[in-house]
Amino acid sequence: MNIQINRLTAAVLLLLGITGFVFANGDAENAQFPSKNITYIVPFNPGGQSDITAQYQKEMLEAALGVNVVIKNISGAGGAVGWSTLASSAPDGYTISGNNIPHIIAQPLVKDNPGYQTEQLEPLYLFQTTPIGLTVLKDSRWSNLDEFISYAKAHPGEITIGGSGTYTGHHIAYLMLQQLTGAEFTYIPSTGAAPSVANFLGGHTDALFANSNDLVTHNNEINVLGMGTEERFTLLPDAPTFIEQGIDMTAGIDRGVCVPQGTPSDVIAVLEDAFRKVCTDPEFMAKMEDMGMVVQNLGAAEYKAYIVKTAAKYEEILKQLGVI
Amino acid sequence: MIIDALQLLFTPWNMLFITLGVGAGILVGALPGLTATMAIALLVPFTFSMNAVHSLVLLGGIYSGAIYGGSFSAILINTPGTPSAIATTFDGYAMARKGESYAAIITATIASVIGGLIGVFFLIFLAPPLSRAALKFGPPEFFWLTVFGLTIIATLASKSILKGLIGGAFGLLLSVIGIAPIEGSVRYSFGSISMQNGIALIPAMIGLFCIPEVIGMIAKKDTHYNVIPYKREKKLIRRIFFRLMKKPFLLIRSAVIGTVVGIIPGAGGNIAGMVAYNEAVRVSKFPKRFGTGIIDGVAASEASNNAEVSGSLIPMLTLGIPGAPPAAVLLGALLLQGLRPGPYLFTSHGEITYSFLFSLILANILILPLGLISGKAMSKLITGIPVTILAPFVFLLSVIGSFAINNNMADVYIMLIFGIIGFIGRKAGFSAGPIVLGLILGSICEQGLVQSILMGRAKGSAIGVFFQRPISIVMIILTVVSAFWPLIVKIKNNWRHKVEKG
Repeated sequence: MNIQINRLTAAVLLLLGITGFVFANGDAENAQFPSKNITYIVPFNPGGQSDITAQYQKEMLEAALGVNVVIKNISGAGGAVGWSTLASSAPDGYTISGNNIPHIIAQPLVKDNPGYQTEQLEPLYLFQTTPIGLTVLKDSRWSNLDEFISYAKAHPGEITIGGSGTYTGHHIAYLMLQQLTGAEFTYIPSTGAAPSVANFLGGHTDALFANSNDLVTHNNEINVLGMGTEERFTLLPDAPTFIEQGIDMTAGIDRGVCVPQGTPSDVIAVLEDAFRKVCTDPEFMAKMEDMGMVVQNLGAAEYKAYIVKTAAKYEEILKQLGVI
Repeated sequence: MIIDALQLLFTPWNMLFITLGVGAGILVGALPGLTATMAIALLVPFTFSMNAVHSLVLLGGIYSGAIYGGSFSAILINTPGTPSAIATTFDGYAMARKGESYAAIITATIASVIGGLIGVFFLIFLAPPLSRAALKFGPPEFFWLTVFGLTIIATLASKSILKGLIGGAFGLLLSVIGIAPIEGSVRYSFGSISMQNGIALIPAMIGLFCIPEVIGMIAKKDTHYNVIPYKREKKLIRRIFFRLMKKPFLLIRSAVIGTVVGIIPGAGGNIAGMVAYNEAVRVSKFPKRFGTGIIDGVAASEASNNAEVSGSLIPMLTLGIPGAPPAAVLLGALLLQGLRPGPYLFTSHGEITYSFLFSLILANILILPLGLISGKAMSKLITGIPVTILAPFVFLLSVIGSFAINNNMADVYIMLIFGIIGFIGRKAGFSAGPIVLGLILGSICEQGLVQSILMGRAKGSAIGVFFQRPISIVMIILTVVSAFWPLIVKIKNNWRHKVEKG
């Protein structure tokens, strides 16, 4: 009997002990970020480059952070619906969002009702760039950028250049090219990169601003006049950059992640570390390069400085154009 | 290489993945609001760790299955399960109301399989030349294509052409809400961020088709949906099969239309189904019987939209330009596997590519048994369960489907508003078809129009660009013929009458 009671007491004590341990542990975890699921907003449709990158990061992020990462596609208005959702979320690090440049800079500048301001999206990490290049078809009458520009100067507005959307990476590249060269073209926007590529390949536009992955896909029927990269793009070694031809411009779509403004700096540090771990993983980097992207690794502070610098540049262009 | 591809394809795992894909696709497609695009997008992350062949056969199976599955809800509850099945509602639901729901599903199944196989044939043998030809389709051609598309209203609104035109105009008006496709100015958003997106097709479609049906179910006070319950008939499958085999041109014509529309980037299965339906009506000796529940209508739409699946893959695989939204998601999966579209996809990655193409043949054949089994169960179920359960369930699906598109409540409200519009409209004799058609064609039309004007202006003539291109001229002729067809038929009949009398 006694032994039985003792055994019971022991069992109860043990159980209490375990519970206590678990609770104590739980408390410790609560104090430490993260202790619950993190929502990762992708402000574009499933299947796009932003979505696929996020889906690919998901598992590795979960391993790095020790919690589940739930990807939520909130698309619309060129990403603005997703970013305005993030801007109004609690700044606790449990809601993060993919963010793209130039989108998050250009939209608040040119739109009456963007739903968010650039500063409301606190930069976390920049992981990739899709460079943009200017191209013509191989059988085009222009064989290099010089001929192209001189023709445009002699025939203002006659050359049509296709691209995706208005005040997007492609459109801003077009505006910069006009501003830096003094030549005049006609921009033909499409609702997405794919239709603009189709228009171009069919000969309906003379030239095209296109993402690096599309340029690589159609490499054997096009002649890239200028790439918007600092150095030559590794997958297209024969394509000259704008810079080496004396036009000081780069063009591309940068993708990174952000949190709502006001998120504590220690939380940002945890997330930044996790992203650095994921995005410097050789397998991840190889996949991104396969998809035609340039891998970048900018931490929170560098990313913020980059946004400030780029925003100043865009603001100047748009002001000179009288858009803002 | 072909033999290698076949060896690569015929493994137990691949067979399992194709079956799973088609089965899951049918299920997702049958649920209103859950589209093929969504089904593929949801599965792409799961294919990251798979090998390329497994991943592609699974996704291809889902694509084929989902486009077919959309016919179930179109037939049973008058709500297209995917936008591709809009034209299936016209005769499919009319058949269901006569108690022939299973017959309609059999028709849809057989037509989908045959149409799908014809589409795969074009994909395997003619992909490169067809995608080259599709590139000739530029902004002016898109503009004329949509004008041609609008003439379909005359067919869709069989009761009153005037009300059809009003509905179509309403749809076109709705399509300008949101950010302009060109220039990016915001229209009719009333300060709301969600409205900047414009009216999305899926919530509007679910609202217009599904909600009036749910209200109708409750208002009728019957305990069960559809007065005539599912009835058992012997040798029904064989009978319908032979009836369809007597109309080879209907199936082939619809499948060719589906393939062609699929190849043209930006025009998807919804347009394919409606154009094929329209042509079936026009060619028929009994155009008046369309819409009253005849198998020809169901077969035209379904043969066309399953052929469109392969059609949309043609420019995707050869040029990296997806022919329809689900193909766009598939393109992402392809790139992630390190497969870059283009000519050398068929040469250096030939085994993988061809085993994917051959898997589509199997997927289409698998639709037959899987579709017939699940279709029978579904048509029994819909007429078997009481309205008190069915109506709330369908309503729940409508809400989930609308929400799931962007994870946004605004789409649910849009769905509900369109539900009310649809209900009032139906009472007043306006059908949902022309409104949805206007909404689909509006943005394509606007983009084609503005791009053409910009193109024309750069080269000196903003108007000339619409009338100087060969394909445009063909489209204009088709439009005129289509618009005046009823008149042409009348004149022809009068003339024949006179000849017979004389």
